[in-house]
Amino acid sequence: MKIAACIKRVPTTEAQAKIGSDGKSLDSAGFQYMPSFYDEIAVEEAIKTKEKLGGDVTVLTLGPQDASKELREFIARGADAGAILVDPAWHARDARSTAKALAKKIGALAVELVFLGRVATDRDNAAVGPMLATYLGWACVTEVVSIEITAGKGVAKRETEHGVETVEFALPAVITCNKGLNEPRRPNLKGIMAAKSKPIAEEPAEAVANQTVVEKVELPPARKAGRIVGEGAAAVPALIKALREEAQVL
Amino acid sequence: MATIVVYVEQENGKPIRASLECLGAARAAAGSQGASVVAVVARAGAKDAAAKLGAFGAAKVVCLVGDARPSADATARDVARVVRDQKASAFLAAATATGKDLAPRVAADLDVTLFSDCTGFEAQGGSFRVVRPWLAGKAIATLSTQAPVLCATTRPNAFAIAEVGGTAEILDVAASDDGKAIVTAVAPKAGGKLDVKEAPVVVSGGRGLKGPEHFKLIEDLAAAFGNAATGASRAVVDAGWRPHAEQVGQTGKTVAPQLYIAIGISGAIQHLAGMRTSKVIVAINKDAEAPIFKIADYGIVGDAFEVVPALAKAVQEVKAHK
Ligand SMILES: Cc1cc2nc3c(=O)[nH]c(=O)nc-3n(C[C@H](O)[C@H](O)[C@H](O)COP(=O)(O)OP(=O)(O)OC[C@H]3O[C@@H](n4cnc5c(N)ncnc54)[C@H](O)[C@@H]3O)c2cc1C
Ligand SMILES: Nc1ncnc2c1ncn2[C@@H]1O[C@H](COP(=O)(O)O)[C@@H](O)[C@H]1O
Repeated sequence: MKIAACIKRVPTTEAQAKIGSDGKSLDSAGFQYMPSFYDEIAVEEAIKTKEKLGGDVTVLTLGPQDASKELREFIARGADAGAILVDPAWHARDARSTAKALAKKIGALAVELVFLGRVATDRDNAAVGPMLATYLGWACVTEVVSIEITAGKGVAKRETEHGVETVEFALPAVITCNKGLNEPRRPNLKGIMAAKSKPIAEEPAEAVANQTVVEKVELPPARKAGRIVGEGAAAVPALIKALREEAQVL
Repeated sequence: MATIVVYVEQENGKPIRASLECLGAARAAAGSQGASVVAVVARAGAKDAAAKLGAFGAAKVVCLVGDARPSADATARDVARVVRDQKASAFLAAATATGKDLAPRVAADLDVTLFSDCTGFEAQGGSFRVVRPWLAGKAIATLSTQAPVLCATTRPNAFAIAEVGGTAEILDVAASDDGKAIVTAVAPKAGGKLDVKEAPVVVSGGRGLKGPEHFKLIEDLAAAFGNAATGASRAVVDAGWRPHAEQVGQTGKTVAPQLYIAIGISGAIQHLAGMRTSKVIVAINKDAEAPIFKIADYGIVGDAFEVVPALAKAVQEVKAHK
C-alpha cells in the first residue's frame, strides 16, 4: 500500500514569542525548528502500517528547501522517500491554502492512506487533516488513539469529552494522530547512513491565495503580580479567604 | 441582514455548555449588526435540544433529523448546505473534539479557511473578526478574512452564555446518510468525569506527587470542589501515571478555567502555555523558586502531601455552608 505522512516544521516548544516590527507577525529570527510533536506519531504509524501491510511511505512537507533535514531524519527511521512542496512563505500559509496544496500533491502521489498530526504546535489549527480529506473527498478520522487497517478498510478509535468513539471507514483515508497511538522510534546509525542517499523530491507548492488577514499580533497581557499567601498547611485559611473574597471564585 | 450559523452539539437532547457559549458569542456579535443567529443540531436527541435553543439566542434552529448513521463528513456536508442556504456570513462551532472534527470539513466544503479555538469574536463594520492564540498563547492574533464566510471554532470557557429567553422557529431537514466514515460505537467515559477543557475548576498534579497512587490527593481536592476536572503535567503523563486526555500544555490541552490549581508542577514554559489564561491560578510547590509562582495569583510554599488534604477539607467546608 502506498502511504504518505505529512509533517510541518514548527518553532521548538521552548520558543519565546517576539512581535515582528510590522505588528502583524512573529519575529522568527530567534526560532529553532523541529517537526511538530504529533507529526512524529504520524510518521511512526505510516512506517508501522507499511511494515505490516507492505508498500512504501513518502514523507511530505510544505515548507522551505531546508526542511530536507527533517525529511531525512524520518527516512532514517524507515520512510522510503521525502517530498518538499517548496514555498518560501510557508509559515504564513493558512489552513486552507496548505490543505489545498497538499491535496493536489497527495492526489498525484496516488497513495491510499495519509497520516497527519492532530495539530501543529505553531498556529494550533488542528484543521489541515480534515480539510485535506474534504478536498480529496476521502474518509477522515481525527485525533486517533488506535487504528487497525485491513484490506481496503479500517477501524479507528478517537477520544472525545464524552468517551471513546469507534469509527469505521473505507480507504482511501486521512488519519490525524493523537498521543497514545504509538511510541515513535529513534533512528539507528544504519538508517541515518542509508537516508543520506535517498531521494528528496522538490517542487514548488501550488500557489493558493491566503484568505487570512492579520490585523495585529500582540503579546498576551501580563498577569498581574501574585503573592505567596504562606507556608505549609497553615496557609490554607489565607488561601481560602483570598479565593472567596478577592478572587471570588469559591 | 447578515446571518451567523452555529453548530450546537448536544448529548441526550441537552445542548452542551461549550455550544451554548458559542451561541452566546454569535448572539453578542450579531446584536451589534442586527444579524440573526441560526443554530444547527444533529443526531439522536436533536429535536429535544432544538426546542431549548431559542432561550439562548437562536432565532431559528435547523434540525437534521432521520436515522442517518453518525458521520462527521456527512454532517459537515449537511451543515455546509445550511450555511449556503442561509447565505450566512459566519459559521461557528465550539472547539470540542466534535467541533474541531466538524468545522474544518464545513470550511473546506465552503472552500474557506478556518480560525480555530478563538477567544474573541466580534463584528466590525459589516464583517467579523476573531482573536486567537498563536504558539499556544505566547502571542495573541487578531484576524479577519477575505473569504465570504468566516468560519471559526470558539474556545470553551472563553465566552458568556446569552440567556435571552426567546423561542426559535424550528425547521426539520433530513440528515444525509452518505458518510464515508461512520461512528459505530461510543464507550462513554467512566463516571461522567468532567473534561479539563470544559470544567470551571481544574486541579492538576505533577511529578511532585511522586507516584500515580498519590493522585488520590488531586482527585479528592477536585471532588471537594464538585465542579472540577483533574489535569496533569506532561512528565506524569509520559510516566504513565495519568491519561493523555488530562495533559495540560503546549502538546496537551489548553485550558482557561475560572480557577487552576497546580500542585507539584514546576511551571515549564510548555505547561504555562496551556494554562496561563486561566482566570485565577493557585500554585502549591515545596520550592519557593519554582517558575510556576511567577504566574500564580496565590501560592503556598509547602509539601503537597500536607497542604492538599487540608485544602480539600477547607473547600469541602466552604461548599457545605453554601
Ligand atoms: C516538545 C515538548 C513539549 C512539551 N509539552 C508539554 C505539555 O504539553 N505539558 C507539560 O506539562 N509539559 C510539557 N513539556 C515538558 C515540560 O518541559 C516539563 O518537563 C514538564 O512540564 C515538567 O512536569 P512537572 O512540572 O510535573 O515536573 P518537574 O519539572 O519535575 O516539577 C516537579 C515539581 O514538583 C515540586 N515538588 C516536588 N516534591 C513536592 C512536594 N512534596 N510537594 C510539592 N511540590 C513538590 C518540585 O519543586 C518541582 O517544582 C514539553 C516538553 C517538550 C520538550
Ligand atoms: N506545511 C505543512 N506541510 C505538511 N504538513 C502539514 C503542514 N501544515 C500542517 N500539516 C499537517 O497537518 C497537521 C495539522 O496541522 P494544523 O492543522 O496546522 O494544526 C500537522 O500535524 C501536519 O501533519
